[in-house]
Amino acid sequence: MMNSTAVDVSDLHVRRGGVDVIPGLSTAVRSGEITGLLGPSGCGKTTLLRSIIGLQRLSAGTVTVLGVPAGSPSLRHRVSYVTQHTSVYGDLSVRENVRFFASVLSAGAGAVEEVMTTVRLDDVAEHRVDRLSGGQQSRVSLAVALLGDPEVLVLDEPTVGLDPVLRHQLWDMFKQLAADGRTIVVSSHVMDEASRCDRLLLMREGLLIADDAPKALLERTATSDVESAFLALVGALEVR
Amino acid sequence: MTFSITWAVTRRVLTQLRRDPRTMAMLLAVPCLLLALLKWMFHRSDAMFDFVGPPLLAMFPFIVMFLVASVTTLRERASGTLERLLSMPMGKLDLILGYALAFAAVALVQALVAVSLTVGWLGLQIAGSVVTLTVVAVLDAVVGTTLGLFVSAFAQTEFQAVQFMPAVVIPQILLCGLFVPRADLPGFLSGVSDVLPLSYAVDAMQRLQTSPGMSAGLVQDIAVVSGFIVAGIALGAATLRRRTP
Repeated sequence: MMNSTAVDVSDLHVRRGGVDVIPGLSTAVRSGEITGLLGPSGCGKTTLLRSIIGLQRLSAGTVTVLGVPAGSPSLRHRVSYVTQHTSVYGDLSVRENVRFFASVLSAGAGAVEEVMTTVRLDDVAEHRVDRLSGGQQSRVSLAVALLGDPEVLVLDEPTVGLDPVLRHQLWDMFKQLAADGRTIVVSSHVMDEASRCDRLLLMREGLLIADDAPKALLERTATSDVESAFLALVGALEVR
Repeated sequence: MTFSITWAVTRRVLTQLRRDPRTMAMLLAVPCLLLALLKWMFHRSDAMFDFVGPPLLAMFPFIVMFLVASVTTLRERASGTLERLLSMPMGKLDLILGYALAFAAVALVQALVAVSLTVGWLGLQIAGSVVTLTVVAVLDAVVGTTLGLFVSAFAQTEFQAVQFMPAVVIPQILLCGLFVPRADLPGFLSGVSDVLPLSYAVDAMQRLQTSPGMSAGLVQDIAVVSGFIVAGIALGAATLRRRTP
């Protein structure tokens, strides 16, 4: 599986309300890697992720996931998605939420307990989700995304608003998931999370301004952190 | 369509309703309080109560369930859970049918309470069978539910969804034959009235009020209301979009 292509985006155009949100974007995501999608808020990250899931209406171009068109029925068991919202039911307990989504995915009762342990929510399993902290709620959402052993995980800003300790724990978990052979595409606007990715896609105004490994990106731009690299790339574009 | 997924949706919606006792209490109590109010208004004339009681027994649950159904699916949209479900192996029909079944269960309890109250305590006299009256009341509430599920596809916010109530429900109340007998409506309005579900619901109730037994007309009304339920579910599923702009 290593180094084969999990997601292939070819000449993607998305136009919404007369605005080109993504005016032509191509990239490929390799299997078993953590690909970080970074860029300022409003640059089209969510639109690109929704295109990979197959929830976005495309104006032109193709998105292929695991060899079939994005959004194909066969992918609904193999690809999971964490939206920017928590996307779980606040008025249900953690276990009720996970159990409901497990029955939608035909995942067994064992899977329910397993994912709650993975995200360390066992001790609050009976608590209502809307009574939990923001960080715990994000983990409920992540637990749901882990159900049914998906091959590709698409995570839209899963660490937003979390404290640094929790953010580190989550990134350790992403590393572990990738080490197990899963492909992770994760968006963030926190540039310092970039160093934990295998590959970085830097996005600005709907276009990719970089598509590289973090180390190579820093070398190429002669900078020491991703934020400076981002600024250097934007500066170079504006000079041109 | 997968039965286990539909059932999972039904169970989940019922659990959520159980967690919200205030909504449950309103769903069950409001139609009853309105019927009691009606009885009080017509305290001088039992005949008048017998005349308007059955149609309103069709109308109140219809309105209440329409409102609840049109707002709950929007909550699902706003919380992001709809998007998540549609990225999973969730059939569009599974979701709509799951909701419809859950609300149908509520409608059943609602109808049992409302009919027991009006027939048992408020002394409503009807010529037809009380069991059929209950069945028609349940069907009316379910048709309100499916209509609510359908129109919620056209609303982006709760504000918009609530506006569908005067736009979609009030014309049905005006044209259903309670204010002006449907036969006396001008030709065009009579035609409009012929394609609205509440007209058949009220017609069935009026037949139950005046004549005993199952007449052909009553059977036809029940069949039409059931047809609207099926159509509402099918349209609700068809208008749900996986891919959105």
